[in-house]
Amino acid sequence: MEYTLLILLLPFLSFLFLGICGKWLSHKTAGTVGTCVLAVVAVLSYVTAYEYFTAPRLADGTFATLMPINFTWLPFFNGSLHFDLGIMLDPISVMMLIVISTVSLMVHIYSFGYMHGERGFQRYYAFLSLFTMSMLGLVVATNIFQMYMFWELVGVSSYLLIGFYYTTPAAIAASKKAFIVTRFADMFFLIGILIYGYFAGTFNFGHIEGGSLVAVGDFSTVLGIDAEAAKYIPVALGLMFIGGAGKSAMFPLHIWLPDAMEGPTPVSALIHAATMVVAGVFLIARMMPLLIGFGAIGGLDVLSIVVWVGVFTAFYAAAVACAQSDIKRVLAFSTISQIAFMMVALGVCTELTTGHHNPGSLGYMASMFHLFTHAMFKALLFLGAGCIIHAVHSNEMSAMGGLRKYMPITHVTFLIACLAIAGIPPFSGFFSKDEILTACFAYSPFVGWFMTAIAAMTAFYMFRLYYGIFWGTENKKLHAEHTPHEAPLPMTLPLIFLAVVTCVAGFIPFGHFVSADGQAYDIHLDWNVAGTSIVIAVSAILLATYIYIGERQPVADAIQEKFKSLHRWAFKRFYMDEVYQFVTHRIIFAYISRPIAWFDRHVVDGFFDFLAWGTNALGFRIRGLQSGSVQKYGYVFFIGILILLGILCLAVF
Amino acid sequence: MDYSQFLCMTEELSLLSVIVILFLADLFVCGKEERGLACAADGTCAVSGCGCHFRTVFPVLLMLVHTVINLVPWCSACAAPAEAFGGMYQHTAMMTIMKSVLNVGVIVVFLMAAKWLNAPENRIKMGEFHTITLFTVLGMYFMISSGHFIMFFIGLELASIPMTALIAYDKKRMESAEAGAKFILLALFSSGLLLYGISLIYGACGTLYFDAIGRTIQPNLLSILGLVLFISGMGFKISLVPFHLWTADTYEGAPTVVTGFLSVISKGSAAFVLFTVLVKVFGSEAFMGAWSEGFFWIIIASITIANLFAIRQKNLKRFMAFSAISQAGYLVLGIMGGTSQGMTALVFYLLVYMAANLGAFAVLHVVEQNSGKIGMDDYDGLYQTNPKLAFLMTLCLFSLAGIPPFAGFFSKFFVFMAAFKAGFHLLVFIALVNTVISLYYYLMIVKAMYIKPNDNPIATFKSDCGTRAALAICTAGVILLGLVSCVYNYIDSFAYGL
Repeated sequence: MEYTLLILLLPFLSFLFLGICGKWLSHKTAGTVGTCVLAVVAVLSYVTAYEYFTAPRLADGTFATLMPINFTWLPFFNGSLHFDLGIMLDPISVMMLIVISTVSLMVHIYSFGYMHGERGFQRYYAFLSLFTMSMLGLVVATNIFQMYMFWELVGVSSYLLIGFYYTTPAAIAASKKAFIVTRFADMFFLIGILIYGYFAGTFNFGHIEGGSLVAVGDFSTVLGIDAEAAKYIPVALGLMFIGGAGKSAMFPLHIWLPDAMEGPTPVSALIHAATMVVAGVFLIARMMPLLIGFGAIGGLDVLSIVVWVGVFTAFYAAAVACAQSDIKRVLAFSTISQIAFMMVALGVCTELTTGHHNPGSLGYMASMFHLFTHAMFKALLFLGAGCIIHAVHSNEMSAMGGLRKYMPITHVTFLIACLAIAGIPPFSGFFSKDEILTACFAYSPFVGWFMTAIAAMTAFYMFRLYYGIFWGTENKKLHAEHTPHEAPLPMTLPLIFLAVVTCVAGFIPFGHFVSADGQAYDIHLDWNVAGTSIVIAVSAILLATYIYIGERQPVADAIQEKFKSLHRWAFKRFYMDEVYQFVTHRIIFAYISRPIAWFDRHVVDGFFDFLAWGTNALGFRIRGLQSGSVQKYGYVFFIGILILLGILCLAVF
Repeated sequence: MDYSQFLCMTEELSLLSVIVILFLADLFVCGKEERGLACAADGTCAVSGCGCHFRTVFPVLLMLVHTVINLVPWCSACAAPAEAFGGMYQHTAMMTIMKSVLNVGVIVVFLMAAKWLNAPENRIKMGEFHTITLFTVLGMYFMISSGHFIMFFIGLELASIPMTALIAYDKKRMESAEAGAKFILLALFSSGLLLYGISLIYGACGTLYFDAIGRTIQPNLLSILGLVLFISGMGFKISLVPFHLWTADTYEGAPTVVTGFLSVISKGSAAFVLFTVLVKVFGSEAFMGAWSEGFFWIIIASITIANLFAIRQKNLKRFMAFSAISQAGYLVLGIMGGTSQGMTALVFYLLVYMAANLGAFAVLHVVEQNSGKIGMDDYDGLYQTNPKLAFLMTLCLFSLAGIPPFAGFFSKFFVFMAAFKAGFHLLVFIALVNTVISLYYYLMIVKAMYIKPNDNPIATFKSDCGTRAALAICTAGVILLGLVSCVYNYIDSFAYGL
């Protein structure tokens, strides 16, 4: 399956082509080139997936882990430690190929309409190609170092795309914020990788033996980890989790994601909803055998950290989402919350070996399933939001309301996505979220109930958003000036496609493809959990309907009035940004950076200024030596000989 | 006498034949109008009309053939160390490399000089330029290959007396004549002292063969004085402080092409010879301690004083003179310790320095030819009018200053490493500090060319193809020599030391 290399190569070539020749191309050509390349990539991904999943399973019932390409790039220590580059295909990477190429293709098509006539259209498509290449490279990485390289490339392309409107100060600030925060987290990731490489003697995720990554039990013998080194592996894994938390916007590193919404909306759909932000989840899933085998040595259990960070983030983001008025911000916080669901699902996964009907290993599959379904419906929500913004030229809910009569397609698809995220059967979100909740209940009843409550909050804020946009108080004055209209075909087509996927994705036998131990697993609904979550979700939706459907919303106003301070805190995202502002500006900048700057400016620079001044002054002093008179030159020559003679004599005698 | 011994001297013989051919060609072709011949010899250049003539291209071609013939090891015997005439003449592979380095430099100088020589006032004496230049090179060859102090001295004189004629080439120009006079006076002064030193050494040892002296010499006042006088004579050629005072005046007065030649080729050969003689003759423990101590101070003085002077120069030729003195200090760093690593570093440094310095001189020369300007202020805003030249100049200056990834960085690095390994830590540190200062004044030119505004910059002009070829060779050297590591390794494989 060497052709998988094309999946990476084509978008890269498209990036180079559009980036270099873009300014001579018309918008239409540039967009068509980018989209066609992506279509080919998508087809290749589907073919890869088809070929991969239809190939016969191995004797133990798992799919073979393939490395069609893998070569040693940089050998260290006489080759005992090496950086490799290659392509690794296993169930989760193939699944990610499908997710990324599908969403990316949809976004490419959608952008035709959304970005129509924008300045820098070609540049936009070039960056989209770059991002797609990086993200695809990240998921097929054969080792953690290659993953890190593409991880950083993803960060760069995200930076470029958030700052696409580089004349807007807010966009520039947001892009810088995103880049710096994720880079800060990546620093820990890199340190973790280096510790891992040093002590494990490899950068591989595991060891391929007989076509599959080796089981956890004999990992230690294969890697040759001794007891001393084994102490550092959990530290390395913990540091890697910080990197993943940064990219996946886990509390407290989430602050960049809401601001990243300054980028064009299709970009938000692609990068900040469906693909890049789940890279952290993917990383944890990738490291799962190690995390389970080595994550809990020496009192440091990385997976339980993952659980508690995830639980808190899910709650925090859901609470903030309830109070936001900018529709993209609501979606951003809902994304954070949903990614936290996936993180929790991975965290509650305690073993990988015995997959069948073992609740301990359910979380892995559940997390990946939710990643898949979430990518589709969240992309749908963002693209829908893009249509709405396109129609009313504002992100604020106050400019909307009652849009259902103007934009029927957007309305219906948006509703489908809302139902999916709220967990209403038969939409895809129901199935995956149900698996996550089941896994949580198996881990601890508290986590199970807490996550169920957050699922209810999800349903509530999503329908608050839905009613706020399509029902509720219509901003008649604004709509009279500029009547909202349905989006053009290139924009509605992806909506329809993704809505269809959202409707049917839940029935995909996902467990047959991806499961903790690799063997086929039939998803079966635990009706205790499913029933509870449906009841709760429906009641949350009803509550939202009661509060927000009307033309006037007395209940909402009353609640807001009554819990004024709570609402303000939630609206201000519990002042997390201000906390960061305080820590960086008042503490780090004021007490660390400024003294260092002073030292640099006065002491270091002063020293060199003095050196320059001294040199100049001395040069002026000795200018008489170069008089131009030959006699004098001969004189100096002779004196020089005498001095030299003195020096040599002193040295010898 | 066994005349087959002459076969050892293939390099000298082939250079001599080049000289004779050029001499005869000059004799018979000169005076007739040679344009017809030029078209036949080099159609493309004549068509493009940039003034390349048979008489300027021919020496370059001959030198090219000469270089290639001598660099290619025709037989295993050629590469093996050999000696002739009872040890008067010696030959090693490293010497071949060194001579080839000189050849390349001469080719670049010839290319640079092509248009200038073709000017009406110079055309009549064009042949002289080539033959005289090659005679000095022949002297350097003998100097390099000498195994005897008399042979060495003859080579030295052969290298320096024709040099005077070159410096005073523009004899109608006062500055050129003055420079020639100053040079010959001081050269004689230093030669006299050097000869005196040689006689002292003869007095101490009773022989002038390098090998024999090396075996018998004892450190006493007589031999030390001989060593000091030898060092001073070589210091004059390399222009090390305090024997450097002629440099600025001579460099300023001499034609720019000759200055380039003087600053690189003459200096480089002398530095190499200094290394070999010191190692061979004064290589014993006691002497090494002595001359290391002496060079310690000479290097510090050269680098520092030259830097201090360079900062204040307004005339770029004078500026380059002080830069050359300072570079000579770095070059001699390779001598410290007398290791084979030091020899490699020295030859490599020389090669890189040649590319960068001749490149810079090519720019100075072509600007002077086209505008008559040589002051630093005149270069203000050069980038606006001649961006390519300004860019190439910048590359060369960066290399001279030792900024990575240009070759100058690597050559400095190797020289520092050799000296550091030989145990001269303080010296390396001082040299490093001076690199920073040198960076400052090299960047002054860059600043002038790129940043400083100028209402009346040097007008845009088109440089001739000889200069372009020279610049192309130099730029390739500046960029590639450091990155292509096989050059260093190749030199290293032939190096020897104590």
